[in-house]
Amino acid sequence: MKVSLHTPAAGWWWAAVAAMLAAFPTIAANFGQEYYIGLATRMLVFGIAATSLNLLVGYGGMVSFGHAAFFGTGAYAVAALADRGVSAPWITWPLAMALAAMLALAIGAAALRTRGLYFIMITLAFAQMVFYLVVSVKTLGGDDGLSLAARGIGESALFYTALALAVLAACGLRRLANAGFGRALQGVRENEARMEAVGFPVLRIKLAAFTIAGAVAGLSGALLATLNGRAGPGLLDWPQSGQLLVMVILGGVGQRFGGFIGAAVLLAMEEVLSPYWVHWQLVLGIVLLAVVLRAPRGLAGMLARG
Amino acid sequence: MSAALAAEQALNGLQLGLMLFLMAAGLTLVLGIMDTINLAHGSLYMTGAYLAAATYAAAGSFLVAVAAAVVGTALIGALLEMTVLRALYRRDHLSQVLATFAIILIANEAIRMTWGPQPLALPTPRALSGPVELLPGFLYPAWRLVLIAAGLGVAVLLFILVTYTRAGMRVRAGASNREMAEVMGVDVKRLFTVVFAIGAALCALAGALLGPLLAVQVGMGESILILAFVVVVIGGIGSIRGAFVGALLVGIVDTAGRALLVPALASIAIYVLMAAVLFWKPQGLFPARG
Amino acid sequence: MAEILRITGLVKRFGGVAATDGLDLDVRAGEVHAVIGPNGAGKSTLIHQVSGALVPDAGTVVFEERDVTGLSMHERVAAGIARSFQVTNVFARLAVLDNVALAVQARTRSCFSFWRPAIGDAAAFAEAMRILDRVGLVARADAAAGALSHGEQRRLEMALALATQARLLLLDEPMAGMDTAESAALLSLLRELRAHCTLLLVEHDMDAVFQLADRISVLVYGRVIATGTPDAIRANEEVRRAYLGDTLPA
Repeated sequence: MKVSLHTPAAGWWWAAVAAMLAAFPTIAANFGQEYYIGLATRMLVFGIAATSLNLLVGYGGMVSFGHAAFFGTGAYAVAALADRGVSAPWITWPLAMALAAMLALAIGAAALRTRGLYFIMITLAFAQMVFYLVVSVKTLGGDDGLSLAARGIGESALFYTALALAVLAACGLRRLANAGFGRALQGVRENEARMEAVGFPVLRIKLAAFTIAGAVAGLSGALLATLNGRAGPGLLDWPQSGQLLVMVILGGVGQRFGGFIGAAVLLAMEEVLSPYWVHWQLVLGIVLLAVVLRAPRGLAGMLARG
Repeated sequence: MSAALAAEQALNGLQLGLMLFLMAAGLTLVLGIMDTINLAHGSLYMTGAYLAAATYAAAGSFLVAVAAAVVGTALIGALLEMTVLRALYRRDHLSQVLATFAIILIANEAIRMTWGPQPLALPTPRALSGPVELLPGFLYPAWRLVLIAAGLGVAVLLFILVTYTRAGMRVRAGASNREMAEVMGVDVKRLFTVVFAIGAALCALAGALLGPLLAVQVGMGESILILAFVVVVIGGIGSIRGAFVGALLVGIVDTAGRALLVPALASIAIYVLMAAVLFWKPQGLFPARG
Repeated sequence: MAEILRITGLVKRFGGVAATDGLDLDVRAGEVHAVIGPNGAGKSTLIHQVSGALVPDAGTVVFEERDVTGLSMHERVAAGIARSFQVTNVFARLAVLDNVALAVQARTRSCFSFWRPAIGDAAAFAEAMRILDRVGLVARADAAAGALSHGEQRRLEMALALATQARLLLLDEPMAGMDTAESAALLSLLRELRAHCTLLLVEHDMDAVFQLADRISVLVYGRVIATGTPDAIRANEEVRRAYLGDTLPA
């Protein structure tokens, strides 16, 4: 099965989807279903997070089980800044990104010297390290997390910002994937030893991807904290890393919109199933197992084929 | 710190280390021989603890409870290996991560559905619930000594099994080169099932023994699983000796950290240890594969 | 002829065993220099230490008067040393053209270009096609590399090495696993290659070695026991003893 290094432009359909999403808040308000604006915002935010992980896993072949570390760090950065009276998103979000990027650089520098099984376990371990560290710091709220004093941005405005950032992320992913960097990254995924042998600085390429993915995850964490009005330790815990990976595979590893599709599907499942059955995660587990064993290219993969 | 306190902490570290060894031994073999990551390893530990607690509630004997836990979990482990794990051996690591993560979700919910969200009680056997006077004036909980004895016993048993028996030889052959082992006529499929079942049994033993000390509750497997991963990374994938040394290191560093450092630093002590070992030996202390 | 590569006192130990045990070797610019020796002599280990895959415990590797002993593999490629693999190691899932284009793009340092689409880099793809033409794989440019025959994959390996524009090519058993026809084809390809760069190759196929090489070095237990022209090596007593009855071509 031949794999192309080039990510083609999506069809007109995705502009249609973006347009529909842009009209969504007005439509929802019209029907008195404002609640769903928040849900849609969550889907976009997690879509951005899952897309950043997709860059790492799908395009770079690096299975990281510690992405929650960057996601949660972004959230806590916003909450901590709000705690000190800084709540304007255009200040806190870039700072959250920068902090997440630095953390990613540090963890990546250590973890990326390993590969395969070691890499998976080490990213998990380092993420847990961040989790335990944050939980043990009293000023960050311990087990209860940290609440934001003020959101700093209205609900509709937050939705539109998230939508704009999501579009940016989707476009950015394609640009990045098709640029020299993206080709090299995919080359590393395909055959790391070969890339080294033809003269690519493989470690540097992986580290760059890891840092970029971490930064974007930090941004989405910041968005989530702003949306939820709080940052909780759950955002740093390993199940969160697992949830992001699940989104990637549900949506399609290495597929351009895999992150968004996966996030939407997973959050929709949670939304629909959890009020009816407290043990809905059993269904999720079974569906996930089925997808992994039977449809490894995920939903986007199935859509692409049929 | 007084000598008695230091001795107590040392023994606690040893006890934690040996329990981690039980978890890590099975894990490192699966990682080394089958080149498969199994996140559901912690779920086997949890299953063992729950089976022990439930059997104890029904039968009243701790011995019976441990036996039921070990045998039951070994069977569940074998079943899991034959159905799901076997399909994952030749798959990529991401698929393995996600499939075993799915098993965690299923296991956690299944346990929750069967026994509810509240922790179960698994009390220490009355005869062993008191302290033992190891040295004049130095008391140490009897149950923790049982754990240390059990851990050491299993370590010796495993060492003999792997080094001196033919089965052990096959395991070591499989750990270093699977294709060669197959060519040499080793029934790889059955070997894998047995290895996995033994790993599950060891998890169950740890779960049953630790039940009286820690809470028997949903999700208990995951926190110890991550410690087990740290042990395997430090010790080297595929090496039981590495798992032993790594487990003792982690047990001692973690216990010492909690006794001597502020909570923030204590909680990350073992990760700093892991990073330090990796810096010096990226494949762990005793990697089984070249 | 000037020396392009000078190896002095190279030592590499694995556990208690010295795979490379005080190895001295020099390669002249423009020559084809073959390294032969019995199994376990440390031939692959030598190649790995020159390419940068392994770091020696002692000794130096000097390339074009520059000490490269401590350089990483990609730094050596940039300096002009490239290797091919003993077991064919191409990008199996990628098209043959993409394989070579990647190697070309490595040289043009575009891996940290984050914005401009690489597919617009007509020059790189044109050069890739030229290289494919040189190795005779233009017809297969669009095929997945994994679908190629063994001999074609070996030629793709050569193409990748050529794309790096290395001045010293390290070939680790390039003839391995080939039938007579494929060997002959590769032999003629190697004869063409020598016009463009110096070749240092490890090889078991004695016929190919004695046909192709300008000089041969014999490796036994991690050190060079003899270096010379094929005739000189053929006549060397120590070499005959080292091979213990293995027949050298008459």
